[in-house]
Amino acid sequence: MTALDDPDVLRLLLIVLGLLVVGSVAGQALRGAVRTDAGRATVANINDRMRGWWMMSALFALALLTGGIGSVVMFALVSFLALREFVTLVASRRSDHRTLVAAFFLFTPAQYALVAAHWYGLFAILIPVYVFLLVPTSMVIAGDTERFLERTATIQWGLMACVYCLSYAPALLFLDVDWDSENALLLFFLVVVVQLSDVLQYVWGKTLGRRPIAPRVSPNKTWEGFAGGVLSATAVGTALWWATPFPPAAAAALAFAICIAGFAGGLTMAAIKRDRGVKDYGTLIPGHGGVLDRIDSLTFAAPLFFHLTRFFY
Amino acid sequence: MIAALLASAARAMSGVSVRWTERPPDDAQRVYFANHSSHLDFLVVWSALPAYVRTATRPVAAADYWCRGRVRRRLAGRVFRAVLIERRAGASGTAAGRDAVERLVQAVDEGASLIVFPEGTRGDGAEVAPFKSGLYHLCVARPELELMPVHLDNLNRVLPKGEAVPVPLICRATFGAPMRLREGEDKPAFLERARAAVMELAPA
Repeated sequence: MTALDDPDVLRLLLIVLGLLVVGSVAGQALRGAVRTDAGRATVANINDRMRGWWMMSALFALALLTGGIGSVVMFALVSFLALREFVTLVASRRSDHRTLVAAFFLFTPAQYALVAAHWYGLFAILIPVYVFLLVPTSMVIAGDTERFLERTATIQWGLMACVYCLSYAPALLFLDVDWDSENALLLFFLVVVVQLSDVLQYVWGKTLGRRPIAPRVSPNKTWEGFAGGVLSATAVGTALWWATPFPPAAAAALAFAICIAGFAGGLTMAAIKRDRGVKDYGTLIPGHGGVLDRIDSLTFAAPLFFHLTRFFY
Repeated sequence: MIAALLASAARAMSGVSVRWTERPPDDAQRVYFANHSSHLDFLVVWSALPAYVRTATRPVAAADYWCRGRVRRRLAGRVFRAVLIERRAGASGTAAGRDAVERLVQAVDEGASLIVFPEGTRGDGAEVAPFKSGLYHLCVARPELELMPVHLDNLNRVLPKGEAVPVPLICRATFGAPMRLREGEDKPAFLERARAAVMELAPA
C-alpha cells in the first residue's frame, strides 16, 4: 500500500489545498484594503509568501505521494541546499575545501542512504560520532591550525543542523509504529504543525505583538505571537489526531512539543544570521528567503518528534 | 549542446545569482572583464549571459593551459571557441605580446564579444591584482570598443587554485556600468580605473 491509497492522506492534502486557496484569496483581498506604504509592503510580502507556500506544498505533496524514496530524495536535496546556504554564510578557509567537499558529496548522501536503507543503528550515530571524528581528522591532514576548533565546530554544526536533524523527518516513514495506516501521515503531521506554528506566530505577532521575546536576536518575535501561534498550532495538531496513531491528548502534547522545539530552532538560526549580519540565508523561495529560513524550525522539531514517537508508540 | 550543458552545470554548482546594476543584458558587442580566482570563472560569466548573447561571446584564455590534452583543446576550440593567447605575452612590446593583442583585435573585428580576466592569473579572491596591459592595447587599437566590468564573488571558495572538486556554494556575478578608453588616457591610469571599476562592484 502506498500513501496514494490511503484516504486520510488525500483528505489531508485536500485540506492543505483549501488552506492555500483561502490564503491566496485573503492575500489578494488585502491588496485592495491597505492604505499605507508599510501596509502595502507587508501585503506584497504575504502574497510572495503565498506563492512560496504553493510551491513548497506542491513539492511536499509530490514527495509524499511518490512514497518513501521520493521523500528521502526530496529531503536530501533540501539538506544539500540548506547546507550550502549555511556554509556560504559562515567563514571557512581555503584549507577546509576537501572537508567541505566530503560534507556535501559524501556525508550528506550517506546519511540519507541510511534513511532509505532503514538502518536506524548507523543512521542515529553516523554524523554525531563518525563524522564528528572524521571532520577534525580531515582538517588536521590539511595542516592549517588557524582557528582550528572554531572551523571544525562550524562544519560539524552545519552538518548536524542541516543534514542530521532534518533527516529525521523522512526517517519517520520507516519508524515501526503499531497502527494500520501509512507513516506518511506522521511526516505530514510534523511538517504541518511546524509550518503552521511559524505562520500563526507570524500572524498573531503582526496583529497583537507588543513585547519582543529576544529583541537583540529577532525583533519580530513577540510573546503575544509566540503564545498565540503555539496555542493555535497545538489546537490544529490536536484536531488532526484522527490521522495519527495518537489519542487526542497525546496529539496535543506532541504538537505542543513540536511547536516549542520549532520556536527554539527558528530563534537559534536567527541568532546565527544576526551574528553574520544578514537577514535571510538565501533567495530561493519567494517571500521566505532561503531554504534554511523555511526549515529552521523543522530541524529542531524533527528529531524530538521522532524520538518521542519512537519511545511511546 | 555540450556548451549549454556545461553552462547549466556551472550555474548549479555555483548557485550563481546574477545582478546587472546599470541596465538589463543586451547583445551589444563589448568586452566583459572580471576578477579571476577559479577555473569556473569564465563559465560563470558566460552562463550568466542570456543564451543569445552567449553564442556571440568568446572567452580569452591562456594557451599554455588550454592546449594541453585533447579534451581541453576540444573544449576550448569547439565548445567555447576560446581566443587562446600566450600568457607570457603580458609583457608588452614583445612579439608574443603584439601577437596576443592582434588576436583579440581580430576576434573583435569579426564581431565577437570577449570575456577577459586582465589579472592574467587566478588570485586568492581576497583582492584584485593589478591588470595586465592587454586590455589597454586592445582599446588603443579599437578605441570605440565598449568594456563592462564584472565582479565575481565567492568563486575562490567554490574551486580554489589547486583543487579539482568544487564545493557548491552560492556565488554572485555583478555586471557594472559600461566604460571606454578616454581620449589621452595613459596606460597606468586606464588599467587602474578598470580595476577600480571591478572592485567597486564587490558586495560590502
